[in-house]
Amino acid sequence: MSSVKKISRREFMKRTGQAGGGLVFALTFASACQPDEQAIGPAKKAAASVAPNVYVNIRNDGIVEIYCHRSEMGQGIRTSLPQVIADELEADWDKVEVIQAIGHEKYGDQNTDGSTSIRQHFDLLRNAGATARDMMIAAAASLWGVPASECSAREHAVHHAASGKSAGYGELVDTAKDMPQPETAAFKAREDYRYIGKPMDTIDGMAFTTGGGMYGIDTVLPDMLYASIERCPAFGGTVKAYDEAAARAVAGVINVLRMPEPTSPAFFNIQGGVAVLATNTWSAAEGRKALAVEWDRGANGAYDSESYKKKLVDSASAPGTTLLNRGDADIAAAKTHEAIYYAPHLSQAPMEPPAATARVNADGSCEVWACTQDPQTARDTVAATLGIDKEQVTINVTLLGGGFGRKSKPDFIAEAAWLARESGKPVKVTWSREDDIRHGYLHAVSAQYFRAGLDADGNTQTWLHRTCYPTIFSTFSNDAKQATGFELTLGLVDNPWNVPNMRVETCEAEAHVRIGWLRSVCNVFHAFGNCGFVDELAHVKGEDPKDHLLKMIGPARKIDPAADGAEYPNYGQDLAQHPVDTGRLADVAEKVAAMAGWGRDLPKGRGLGIAVHRSFLSYVGVVAEVSVNDNGKLVVHEVWTCIDAGTVVNPDRVHAQMEGATIFGMSLTLHGEITAKDGGIVQGNFDTYPMVRINEAPTAIHSHIMESDAPPGGVGEPGVPPVAPAIVNAYFAATGKRVRELPLRKAGLA
Amino acid sequence: MAIDFELNGKAVSLDADPAMPLLWAIRDLAGLTGTKYGCGKALCGACTVHINGQPMRSCSVPVSAAADGKVTTIEGLSENGDHPVQVAWRELNVAQCGYCQSGQIMSAVALLERTPKPTDADIDSAMSGNICRCGTYTRIRKAIHRVAEDQS
Repeated sequence: MSSVKKISRREFMKRTGQAGGGLVFALTFASACQPDEQAIGPAKKAAASVAPNVYVNIRNDGIVEIYCHRSEMGQGIRTSLPQVIADELEADWDKVEVIQAIGHEKYGDQNTDGSTSIRQHFDLLRNAGATARDMMIAAAASLWGVPASECSAREHAVHHAASGKSAGYGELVDTAKDMPQPETAAFKAREDYRYIGKPMDTIDGMAFTTGGGMYGIDTVLPDMLYASIERCPAFGGTVKAYDEAAARAVAGVINVLRMPEPTSPAFFNIQGGVAVLATNTWSAAEGRKALAVEWDRGANGAYDSESYKKKLVDSASAPGTTLLNRGDADIAAAKTHEAIYYAPHLSQAPMEPPAATARVNADGSCEVWACTQDPQTARDTVAATLGIDKEQVTINVTLLGGGFGRKSKPDFIAEAAWLARESGKPVKVTWSREDDIRHGYLHAVSAQYFRAGLDADGNTQTWLHRTCYPTIFSTFSNDAKQATGFELTLGLVDNPWNVPNMRVETCEAEAHVRIGWLRSVCNVFHAFGNCGFVDELAHVKGEDPKDHLLKMIGPARKIDPAADGAEYPNYGQDLAQHPVDTGRLADVAEKVAAMAGWGRDLPKGRGLGIAVHRSFLSYVGVVAEVSVNDNGKLVVHEVWTCIDAGTVVNPDRVHAQMEGATIFGMSLTLHGEITAKDGGIVQGNFDTYPMVRINEAPTAIHSHIMESDAPPGGVGEPGVPPVAPAIVNAYFAATGKRVRELPLRKAGLA
Repeated sequence: MAIDFELNGKAVSLDADPAMPLLWAIRDLAGLTGTKYGCGKALCGACTVHINGQPMRSCSVPVSAAADGKVTTIEGLSENGDHPVQVAWRELNVAQCGYCQSGQIMSAVALLERTPKPTDADIDSAMSGNICRCGTYTRIRKAIHRVAEDQS
C-alpha cells in the first residue's frame, strides 16, 4: 500500500488555480488519471473492501475496482484488460471502475511494449478474475453453510440454486475479507465469455471527447515550475558556454540549471544540456532561446546520413555473420536476381511529446506523474538518477498521447526528477516537438541485400538475405556494433519462404545516435525488403504476385529456425504454443486477396500490391490499391488488411489498431525520414518530418479478423510491417517502376 | 498585463505577456488542459480552439489576439459532453490515444457549422490541418458524416 500523501481533488483544483495565477475552473468531467486517484491502496474509496489479488478490489458498495497495470497509449488496454478480468469475475461492466496502477513489481511485467499486454497476460488476467470469483463463491457458501460446489457466480452475484439464495458481490465483502485468497481457479469456457471477444466501447471515451483525459503533459502541482531543456544537437556532446543572465532576464524565468553530462553508453540517462525553469511553459521556452549555448559536439559530431548510407550499403554488399544456414545458398543458379533495400531513421513522434512532472519531498522521496510505457524502468531510472532507493519513488502513470516505443525510455522522467531535486520545486518537463524529433531514440537506418537464384523452371532455389543496421544494443553497450539477440528475430531468421537453400546474415554498423525501438521495430524494414523482393521475383518469373507469394510461402508447416542453426526466442513465448505457422500466413494472404478482389480489372494506372508478415505472434496480410495522380504523387485509394491474432479480446480495438497501423505504415512509406548532418538531426517538426494527414488517408481501410481459438498474439504492432511492401508492390503493378528505398518522397512520389 | 476575454462563456482576466501564445495562456494560466500542444507551429492542429467562432491554432495566436473576444475550448463545447460531434465520436469509438481529438473535434464542429452536409472532399480539406498519429482518419470521416446525417 502506498504511503504517499494525497491531496483531495477539490484541493488539487484549488491549488492548481493558485499556482497558475489565473482563474480556477472546475472540471466538468471526471478525469481518467488525476493525481489524487493514482496511488494504489485497497479500501481507498469505501469503508470495507476485499482485494483477492493486486488487480482486483471489491468494495462493499458493490463496485469492482480493476487495476490496469499496463499503460494506455491508444491501443485500448484500459478497456480490454478489464474486459478479461471482469469476464472471469462475472462482474457487471457497469459496476467496474478502472484504476491506473502505479509502477510496482507486485503487478508483474508492466513494460507496455512488444504488443505483449494481452498475449503475455491473458491467462494472468483471467486468473485474477477467476480467483476473485471463486473467493466470492467461497464467501457465499460459508455465509449460507452450503458447499461451494452448489453455488455459482453470475452477473455480479453468487447464487445457490437449491435454496434460491443470492448475494451481490458487495454484500459478500465482509465475509470474504477473512477468507483465504485462492491462487488458481478454473477458467470459463470460451462459449460462456461475456466480454472477451466483444467490441466494448472505450472506457475513456468521455475523457477523450471532452478534454478530460489527463496526459503526462497535463499534470499540474502546486508551486510547480515548467522546464524547457536545450540539448546538444549531436548526441553525447557537452556544453562549452551559455548565457545564463540572458535567460534569467526573460520574464517568468526562475532558475537556470546545467544538466548532468550524458553517459556513454546512453542508457536512459539524462543527456546533458541546460534547463530553464519558469512559471509557465512559454517563459521557459523563451528563456531557453536566450541561452545561446555553445557546444562541443563530441564523438558523434560528424555523423552525416549521406556518407553513412554509402557505408551501410557497402557493408550490406559484403559477406557478414551467418545467422541461419539451410543447404547451400551459393550454388549456381540458372538465373540470379539481386537488390539492395534501404530505409532511413525514423522518429516515433507521438502527438504528445515526452512530458513528466516530479516532486521531491523533504524526506528525499520522489513522486512522478508521467506518460510512461514502462513505469518500473522509470522507477529504477529515477532512483538511480537521484541516488535513492526505488521504494522512495512513486511512478504515477498518466494517459499517453501515443507511445510507439518512445515512451518506453524514461530519460525525460529522469530529467524531471533531477530538476525537481535541484530546484527544490515540483517541476514539469515538456519536450517541444523539435526536442522530440531531434533528441529521441531513433528507429535504426537499414540497408539490406537480397539475392535469389532461380532454376531453369523459375523455381527459387537459393535465397540470401543480409541485413545491416545500427543495433538497439548500442544504446546500452559501447561494444555493440552488430545486431544481436531479439533484434535478429524480428522478421529475419523466421523467414517463411519455402526455399531449399537459404542463408541469412548480418553485419557491423556503428551507431551515432541513440537507437531505440519504434512500433514493430526491425520488422518494419525486414518486411519491406522481404516482401518487396519476393514481389520482384514474381515479375522476374512472370507470375501473378499473389500466386507467387503463396508459392513462396509453400505448404502449411511449422518453421523452427533452430533447425537451420538460428536462435529464435519467438517474442518471448513458447514456440510449441505459438509456432511459426506458414499455413496461417497463407490463410491471411488468401483472405486479404479475396477481400480486395485480387485479379479484378482495374482502371488504367491503378495497381494492387500484396504483402504478408508474421510478427509478435500474429499474422497480417495487406493489399493496397494505388495510382499516381496528375501531380505525380502516389495516391493510396483503398487498403485491405487481415489479421490472425488468435483469440481476440476486443475486436473493435483490433480493427482500430489495423486502421491505425495502416496510416502509421503509410507515413513511413510516403514521408518518414530522419537524417543527420554534423551530428545533429536535420528535421524538427511536422513540416520537415511530415506524416499522413486525412487528405492522404485511403477512402477506406477494410479490416478482417480471422476467427481463431489459438492463444492470443500481439495486435498493436503486427499491422505495420506489411504496409510499406504492399504499397511499393502496388506502385510497381501500377507503373512498372520498382522502389527499393523509403520513403517514397525521395522519389518525388509524396 | 491583464488580458480580458470570454473563455467558454465566462469572463476571464489573465495576467499574461501579450505575446504568450493563447495555448499556454489557456493551459498554464487558466488551467484548462483539454487543449493540447503538438507542434507549436500551427502544423498539427492539436491546439485548435474557436476564437469568435473561427477554428484557430492556439499555439500560434498570441493571447492578445483574444482580447475582448470569445474563446471556446473543448471544455466549453458542451455542458455534459453531449455535443453531437462528441456523441458521434464516442459512438464510433474514433479515439485511440485521444490526445489529438480535442483539436479534431473543434475542427469538425467548425466544419459542420459552416458546411452542415460536408462531402469527403470537404472533410479532407477542413480537417487536413489536424494530424492524428494513431491514424483515426477513416473513423473521423464516418463520425462527421454521421453527425451530418443525424442533423438533417
